[in-house]
Amino acid sequence: MADVLVVSELKDGELKKISKELTSAARKIADASGGKVHTVVISDNADKYAADLKAVGADTIIGVNLGDFNPEGYANGIASIIQEKKPGVVLIPHSSQGKDYSARVAIKVNAGIVADAVGLSIDGGKVVAKKPIYSGKAYANFKINSEIQIFTVRANSQEVTLKDGAGVVEKSGAGAGEVRLKSISKDLSGGNKVQLADASIIVSGGRGIKGPENWPMLQDLADTLGAALGASRATVDAGWISHSHQVGQTGKTVSPNCYIACGISGAIQHLAGMGSSKYIVAINKDGDAPIFKVATYGVVADLFEVVPALTSEFKKVLG
Amino acid sequence: MKIFVLVKQVPDTETSIKPGDKAINESGVKWIISPYDEFAIEEGIRIREKSGGEVVAVSLGPDRVVEALRTAYAMGVDRAIHVKVDDYITFDSTYTSELLANLIKAENADLVIGGRQSIDTDSSQVVIQIAERLNIPHVAMALKLEFDGTKVTATREIEGGTEVVETTAPLAITAQKGLNEPRYPSLKGIMSAKKKPVDVKKPEELGATPSKLEVVSLEPPPPRIAGRKLEAGDAAGFASQLVKALREEAKVI
Repeated sequence: MADVLVVSELKDGELKKISKELTSAARKIADASGGKVHTVVISDNADKYAADLKAVGADTIIGVNLGDFNPEGYANGIASIIQEKKPGVVLIPHSSQGKDYSARVAIKVNAGIVADAVGLSIDGGKVVAKKPIYSGKAYANFKINSEIQIFTVRANSQEVTLKDGAGVVEKSGAGAGEVRLKSISKDLSGGNKVQLADASIIVSGGRGIKGPENWPMLQDLADTLGAALGASRATVDAGWISHSHQVGQTGKTVSPNCYIACGISGAIQHLAGMGSSKYIVAINKDGDAPIFKVATYGVVADLFEVVPALTSEFKKVLG
Repeated sequence: MKIFVLVKQVPDTETSIKPGDKAINESGVKWIISPYDEFAIEEGIRIREKSGGEVVAVSLGPDRVVEALRTAYAMGVDRAIHVKVDDYITFDSTYTSELLANLIKAENADLVIGGRQSIDTDSSQVVIQIAERLNIPHVAMALKLEFDGTKVTATREIEGGTEVVETTAPLAITAQKGLNEPRYPSLKGIMSAKKKPVDVKKPEELGATPSKLEVVSLEPPPPRIAGRKLEAGDAAGFASQLVKALREEAKVI
């Protein structure tokens, strides 16, 4: 197998955790096949990220300036780096941005693609990608039979492991090229302080919170834990919170280490969006609610008493 | 304007799924139109109602997908095309996008609309791959669309909020929840949909390179960590137990 190329992602000038997760996963694939790991950083200051990426296995850190995010510009730039480096495997975050440009990259470099992989293993020198299908009611394992194989990978699905790579910084001359989509303005006011898709902890509220005036209670717990605030469809449809918070089939699919469901009954559409969370806490007065079937820790009690108690307990132990 | 809407038939979320070796066992599965594709159909019809033209619904799959095309007819599309593939790897986005792009190219579409993802594979690939194959721009996760001649202004969902973008037709759109409220087909629509023609296209007529994807196996979901209900006398008791469990047992906080 040839080299493995990772496209990293930045947020406010810092590496997102998935950048390290994917570089770590790439290191394992490369070690099994004798290839190198190249991590692309879309920045004209790749040096800033070199130490962090070297520590998780990057042999080269490729800096490239593609300007502000544009799906066509990113696809053009990343495809030309792929054509130059000729990796066998490409790992891209299954993020809002990754979903927007990965499809174009696959066509440009004539690669097969598996999107939203949660497991990467190697069999007979080839990557086998595991992904949930049918709302997580089954899992499928895929191989790709093309020279270049692209996998978009879900956040929090790969472990960060420390293993030094060669850590050489390169600058790519690739550019965004011609783009036809023009960004006019952005409104980031209704969003989360911590992004749902990347969050390792999510505090989520359902109809049981009774009204929008009670979000601050959950936000307080979320802030204490550095967690993102999630919401069930019922609360979004009722107008209690913006759709960008919605977890579930018609919202976001998340895989945090810990999902704390407060007053959420656990409809199958909600479970489809958070069922792959590692640990699930359910706080609900109704002990028969379906959420308890998937909960690691169930608390059958009044959330209006338990949530503030939990927040103050965490404040005590976390300082 | 000539509008192509892409309609995928998927198992209803409530239906139970039995994984076989390489595909699911389809017996007893209830099929529906993937919910995001309903937004696509609705948007196509609304654009035609406002500015004229033709809405063509396309669905790829075995004979059962004709039912999804009948629903699209009942909602109000003008024409329906069934890309008939039987031994079809439902998961292979590049194969699917090549067949559909070849079909759409021959028809000179101004606008291609699909859902932001299908709820069976959740890949978010096919529509944008088609845009790349047709060498046209795309707007992903569209919440609002406005046309002024060939100029298009769209609001789309991005991480943490929304973005207003501009581009020109021909283009491709992926529909996000919020773009519109899909209409229910009228009884009259349902009755007349039964008699409307569905064009059938075979893969060999459209041309596509062989599938790049290999299904190694399907399996049931991994077992969850065994759960338990905590016991305590009051809220403070629950809180301290939960903090202990999450920090010492699960070690996630």
